[in-house]
Amino acid sequence: MKNALTKLMATRDWILADGATGTNLFNMGLQSGDAPEMWNDQHPERIELLYRQAVDAGSDLFLTNSFGGNAARLKLHGAQGRARELSRISAEIGREVADRQDRPVIVAGSVGPTGEIMAPMGALTHELAVEIFHEQAEGLKEGGADVLWLETISAPEEYKAAAEAFKLAEMPWCGTMSFDTAGRTMMGVTSADMAAMVEKLANPPLAYGANCGVGASDLLRTVLGFVAQGSERPIVAKGNAGIPKYHDGHIHYDGTPALMAEYAVLARDAGATIIGGCCGTMAEHLSMMRAALESRPRGPRPTLDQITDALGPFSSADDGTGEDAAAPRRTRRRRA
Amino acid sequence: MSDQEDDIILSELDDEELVQQMFDDLYDGLREEIEEGVNILLERGWEPYQILTEALVGGMTIVGKDFRDGILFVPEVLLAANAMKGGMAILKPLLAETGAPRVGKMVIGTVKGDIHDIGKNLVSMMMEGAGFEVVDLGINNAVEKYLAALETEQPDILGMSALLTTTMPYMKVVIDTLIEQGKRDDYVVLVGGAPLNEEFGKAIGADAYCRDAAVAVETAKDFMARKHNRLAAG
Repeated sequence: MKNALTKLMATRDWILADGATGTNLFNMGLQSGDAPEMWNDQHPERIELLYRQAVDAGSDLFLTNSFGGNAARLKLHGAQGRARELSRISAEIGREVADRQDRPVIVAGSVGPTGEIMAPMGALTHELAVEIFHEQAEGLKEGGADVLWLETISAPEEYKAAAEAFKLAEMPWCGTMSFDTAGRTMMGVTSADMAAMVEKLANPPLAYGANCGVGASDLLRTVLGFVAQGSERPIVAKGNAGIPKYHDGHIHYDGTPALMAEYAVLARDAGATIIGGCCGTMAEHLSMMRAALESRPRGPRPTLDQITDALGPFSSADDGTGEDAAAPRRTRRRRA
Repeated sequence: MSDQEDDIILSELDDEELVQQMFDDLYDGLREEIEEGVNILLERGWEPYQILTEALVGGMTIVGKDFRDGILFVPEVLLAANAMKGGMAILKPLLAETGAPRVGKMVIGTVKGDIHDIGKNLVSMMMEGAGFEVVDLGINNAVEKYLAALETEQPDILGMSALLTTTMPYMKVVIDTLIEQGKRDDYVVLVGGAPLNEEFGKAIGADAYCRDAAVAVETAKDFMARKHNRLAAG
């Protein structure tokens, strides 16, 4: 029982994923603070347009509008009872768009973080996290998602809870973390840590990797970190279109379509299989990324210097991997 | 070797060794050990304010520096803050009784439209860890709510946080309103959040952009020191 993504990966050297969801929806009039998932129900035509823009620009895979569609996030909008339903609709709209194409297009059911800190540091227990992710997974499955797509995760505990939930839903999945703090996730996970963690899961993902974070250069450094661990598992690269800049009352991302095309080629050469954008990545970026991936031959794995020459500097001197990682300032003790 | 470490008996350490050990225990987030250390110092006649500044804030400063430098991460900081809280719970009533000087006071909240609060919570905890009094307005604050809190709380510092590129411009609305009402100079305004940067902080007229919670604490201390100097000079 091979799933659509595994089949597609067997025939292709690289797969182009989609770009931004939030940035695109805000351009369509979503107000800040509103839950984008409400639009699945209220403005399905806009969500269809969001998906169609990615597919028309050449994406082989797109994520559903369900990033915040779990009970923990929807609770902040008083809609915690609608997680399964809103997730289902997001996938249904996606299924229709994908099935209209004359090439295989993968509907990836987006699952974002709960936004809670997990026990023992925070209040969210493992059991409850599994339940929250499971509910959303069932909705996405009902709506016809080909795979589930966990993204922007910081805590390994949360990643593991989602893996367990997706097993309960009997769905194949991919999962990425956001490396936004000196090359690590907010919770301190390095690229090497993640590569090791993924291989230890009882229900490992089809592909794992990085999304969002800070800029295209950092994201590719993270990809090189995964590759250095020697895993055969396909790698996902979904970086932001540059860094957000503030001009005259509004925000725009400074990564041009040409820069993102360069990033896509470097991501492939670095060892990523599924390549896309994240915040700020629009249809025009995706078109140029596709054209570059099709026209430019595979090159040798880029060095860190080649990455910064092409895409700009890293946000931090090191990323916590390798020998020169900084050491704790205090001696540690553990008492019984 | 680990046996030897297990044998540390806090009450047998002299004051200096004990404070050093409390630095280590804060670093490791050992709440019970911190509570024990605070009680021992009180028994030895230390002033509550001295325990706060020399043992607890001193230890949290190290945690903050290693957080800033990417050596410690959020989980360790949360544990350290929790240990600090254990010590503070003992000291707080005593500090009030003894009329100890105030380190500083901050009103903080995420701006209107923004419901993401992990970063803001972290800043609150680190600021408390540094001895500041923090009034947390929670998420999704309109300008009126910030202004009302500034009026009733009379803080030294206003902190605003935003995770979304679509909500961060609201910080300017709050600052512009403060300017209109002639209150801008009454407060130090610090801003932070994942998509912000220094350029943005300057563009909207904040006093400083703080990259993370550790930088927020350092910046806040810096501004408080300047304020005290000004008062002393004036």
